[in-house]
This record gives sequence, structure tokens and C-alpha cells, in this order.
Amino acid sequence: MDAAGYEALRLSLLVSGTATLLALPLALGCAWLLARRDFWGKDLLSAAIHLPLVLPPVVTGYLLLLAFGRTAPVGRFLEQTLGLVLAFRWTGAVLAAMVMGFPLMVRAMRLAIQAVDPRIEAAAATLGAPRYAVFATITLPLIAPGILAGTVMGFAKALGEFGATITFVAAIPGQTQTLPSAIYSYLQVPGGEARAAQLTLIACAIAVSAVIVSEWLSRRIAARIGAA
Amino acid sequence: MSLSVDIEHRFDGFTLKAAFEAPPGVTALFGRSGAGKTTLVNAVAGLLRPDAGRITLKDRVLLDSAAHICLPPHRRRLGYVFQDARLFPHLSVAANLDYGTRYASGGGTAMSRSDVIDLLGLAPLLDRRPRHLSGGETQRVAIGRALLSRPEMLLMDEPLAALDATRKADILPYLERLKTAYNLPILYVSHALDEIARLADTLVLLADGRVHSAGPIRTLLSDPALVPVLGVREAGAVIDARVTHHADDGLTTLRIAAGDLYLPGVQAHVGDVVRVRIRAGDVIIARERPKGLSSVNILPVTVTAVQMGDGPGAAIALDAAGDALLARITARSARDLGLQAGMPCFAVLKATSVAQASIGQHLP
Repeated sequence: MDAAGYEALRLSLLVSGTATLLALPLALGCAWLLARRDFWGKDLLSAAIHLPLVLPPVVTGYLLLLAFGRTAPVGRFLEQTLGLVLAFRWTGAVLAAMVMGFPLMVRAMRLAIQAVDPRIEAAAATLGAPRYAVFATITLPLIAPGILAGTVMGFAKALGEFGATITFVAAIPGQTQTLPSAIYSYLQVPGGEARAAQLTLIACAIAVSAVIVSEWLSRRIAARIGAA
Repeated sequence: MSLSVDIEHRFDGFTLKAAFEAPPGVTALFGRSGAGKTTLVNAVAGLLRPDAGRITLKDRVLLDSAAHICLPPHRRRLGYVFQDARLFPHLSVAANLDYGTRYASGGGTAMSRSDVIDLLGLAPLLDRRPRHLSGGETQRVAIGRALLSRPEMLLMDEPLAALDATRKADILPYLERLKTAYNLPILYVSHALDEIARLADTLVLLADGRVHSAGPIRTLLSDPALVPVLGVREAGAVIDARVTHHADDGLTTLRIAAGDLYLPGVQAHVGDVVRVRIRAGDVIIARERPKGLSSVNILPVTVTAVQMGDGPGAAIALDAAGDALLARITARSARDLGLQAGMPCFAVLKATSVAQASIGQHLP
């Protein structure tokens, strides 16, 4: 594999990993709100979260550009206050990957939270556990398989994300060219098939091992929490 | 006074407006399903916030809606045993038992872990997971878990309702032991009068969201006016009797003030005091001492009250040398015998009809 291939692989793992880690607490919070709380605008929040799942990725990417471009209101605000530039940078690729993987993460976690019997949590409260302790000792262990499943799905989505990323941050080698966009651009030049095939094999290997690891982990967790 | 409750709560077109006091000992909340029992206990536990009211435990205020005080469940220090146990599925029995210990502050009833494990016979279960326990074992673990959180009072919401008769009979002795072993007040919710007759010291009768009557269990269970509320088949007095002799034919002699009772299948030791429940329907009244009768349990009694029912039945309150008994006969018989308060007569108890479960066991 050539240097550009390695660079695309490194960047893909960096972008997907960062996006997954950043999205994880946020997705858990949203899943909790949707599963357990009733509030005004709940359907609206749910729709907003699920939007990237139903919109064409190119549209999502374009909307991101409209909001987070260097001349766009949010983009300019972020640059002036935090010095954070998203458009055409790897940070923007992270944002695109987060947005695209987010609905999948929320869905898996929401289902897991809904499966936890609130009466079990009430029992923990009567035994003297404050609310945060109930979450840490009862809820969290019980929803761990759902969190894991959501994380794996979010990571896989981030790794494969193409349309929104290429629209929002283009495919600048070393900056924003992830595995999918590298494969795509190799296929655009004559004689690039071999290099594209190499990267395709790597993408397959990562995806398959992620699934295997998550299956193994979820079996272990299920055995530990007595759900199997 | 241990617990004092006075609350009002409206939900789904149902109004619960109940006030009662629970002195030390076992206080039973009795009523049909839908009478508001569980709502009441949940309000005491803090799992439900009533529209208005005040709940105090000893000198601690748990709820005072006028003062905007409502302690969250984890600060109420009440052990709650749920009908459906609610063990933590991801923790072993040992970890379930220890769950409340880490949050328990001082105070409350001090019970060592080993004492509780011995009392409830939990030692062989410690390494198991809740899903590998039988119904009875599950409920015993739930009781142990509640006890080890060092509660100031134990709330039990139909802890035996999900169990079959055999499992029930297995657990009742543990509850009786619990009652005598620790000086822990218990609020016990049930719609099964046999459990209540065995365990309770105080009875609170709940009907349609209101407290119908409340008081010492012996007084209420022998009140002929309450027979329709308690259920004509289930009504009956409880009396304490001392075991004096086990005969070879299986009958045990029990001494009460009015004389001796001979009952089968009593497990207690000689010298023990047991609680005997005598269903009103199992008592026959005779004006003169009957002769040539198969029953050996004949007690001289005095009629204290005659309560004619709406139907063909009548409830007769009897005094047997200080012990209150209750008989349910037909209104026609009551008229034919001319029963009225102050009249001496004889109560005939059918010994074989006193069920095993009606006899409380006093365990060491």
C-alpha cells in the first residue's frame, strides 16, 4: 500500500473514532430524553435526530456547509470564539460522521433504555441509592449491550460515510480524504483499480472485525448481566 | 406511634383519602384489589407523590405537602418488599443483598449480614443469579435485601401473592420469625385474610379508597359488624393458645382461658403460644352442652352481640372467658335459638376444619 493509502486509513480511523467518542455521551443523553421524558417538542427533537437517516447524504452535507461554512453564521461564530474551523478540514469530516451516525446510535440506545424496567430502578431508590447511583449501578449495566451496539453501528456508519463528507469537506488527501473517498478517487483515474481494491480489502477487514468484536463483547456483557 | 399517614390522592377517577396510624409491630393494610392499598404504600415509600397529605415516621417528616416537604425514596430509610420482588437481574444474590448496605447510614435496625442470611435461609443461594431462583427463594432474597439496607420500617406489598400455596406456607414462618426476631415495624399489604390473621397486630381495613375501620387485629376480626367487609367465608377471630400436649393420634391440646382445644397438625413445641384462627363458619352454637357429638371442641361462651346480615346469615360475637370468638350461622337459627347479648351458650368448633395455615407457629 502506498503512502496515500496509509494516510487515508489513518485519517478514516481518526475521524470515525473521534466522531464516535464525541457522539456517544450526546447520543446517550438524547436516547434517555426520548425514552424516559415527556416534554414539549419531543417529536420535533426525534425528527431532527432522524433527519440524516432519511435525507440524501449529499443534502445533509450541503446543509452542514450552509450552517458551518467559514462564511456561514455558526461557522463564523465557531472560528471567532473557539478558533475552530470545520469546512474542508478533518474536524469537519468528524462533524459529518457524527451527524450521519448519530440517529443509529440514538435508536439502539433508546431501545435499550426502554427495555429497562423503571420499577427495578425504583427498587434501587428504596434501598437508599440516589438517582445518579441508580443510573450508574442499575441502568448503565443493563443498557450496556445497547450502548455497545449503538457505538459499533455509529462507528461503522462513520467509517463508510461518503456523501455528506465529500460535500461538506471535499476529499483533500491528508486532510479530508477518508477511505471511501480515496477508493472513489482511485477509481476515477486509469490504473487505479489495484490501489482501490487494496483499500476495499482493508475497509472490509475493519468492518468484519468490528462486528466480530462487538458480538463477542455483547455476549460477554449479556452473560454478566444475566440476560442471555 | 411508628408511622402516621394522612393523604389524599386523585387518579383515574379514583379518590384515595386515607388516614391511619401504624403502631410498632405488624400493621396490615387489608382491602380488595383496587381499594388503594398499593397507592398508599407507594406514597409512604416516596414512589408516588400524593396530591396532599402528611406522612411521619417516628419523629421524621417524610411528606408534608403544606410545608412543601417530600423526601425522595432514597432518603426515607424504608425497606420495600415488592410483590414482584424486583431483584437486580445483573447482580448475584449476594450483590443484591449487599446493594443497600453501602447507602445505609447509621440508625435503623441493626442486623448483621450473617443473621439475615441465617434467618431467611439464604446461604445456599448467595452465588446464584436471580433468574435461577424459584419464586419463594426470590421473595426471601428480596426480604433480605430490604432488611440489610437498615430500614426504620419494612413495607411489604403482597409479598406472597405471586406464590402458590406451598411456597406461601414455606415463607410465612420466615415472616413470623422476622416479626419476633427484630423489633422492626412492618406495614404489610394483603388481600389474603389468612396471612394477616397469622402476622398482623394492627389491622387497617381499606375500602374504596377510604379507611373503613382500624384497630387491634383481635378486636377487628371478632367484630360481627365487619364480617361483610372482610368476606363472610374468610371472617373469623384469632385467639392465642398455649400448646400443652401432643397426643399420639396427631391431635394437639391447646389451652385457652375457656378450656382446652384439640387440633390436628400443630407444629409448635409444648409450652409455645400459637395464634389460632377460627373461621366464623366453623363455629356452631348450642344453647345446651351438646352430647354424643363427634366434635371434641366445646367451649362455654356468652353471646356479646348479634349482627343480622342483609342475606340469610347472621354473625354472632361470643366471649369465651375473655377470648373473643365469632360465629356465622343462619339468621333463622339465630331467631329460633333466641340469641341475644348476655346469653350463655356453647360454641362447638369443628377441629378438622381448622386449616394448618390458620395456625401460627412460634419459632425459636
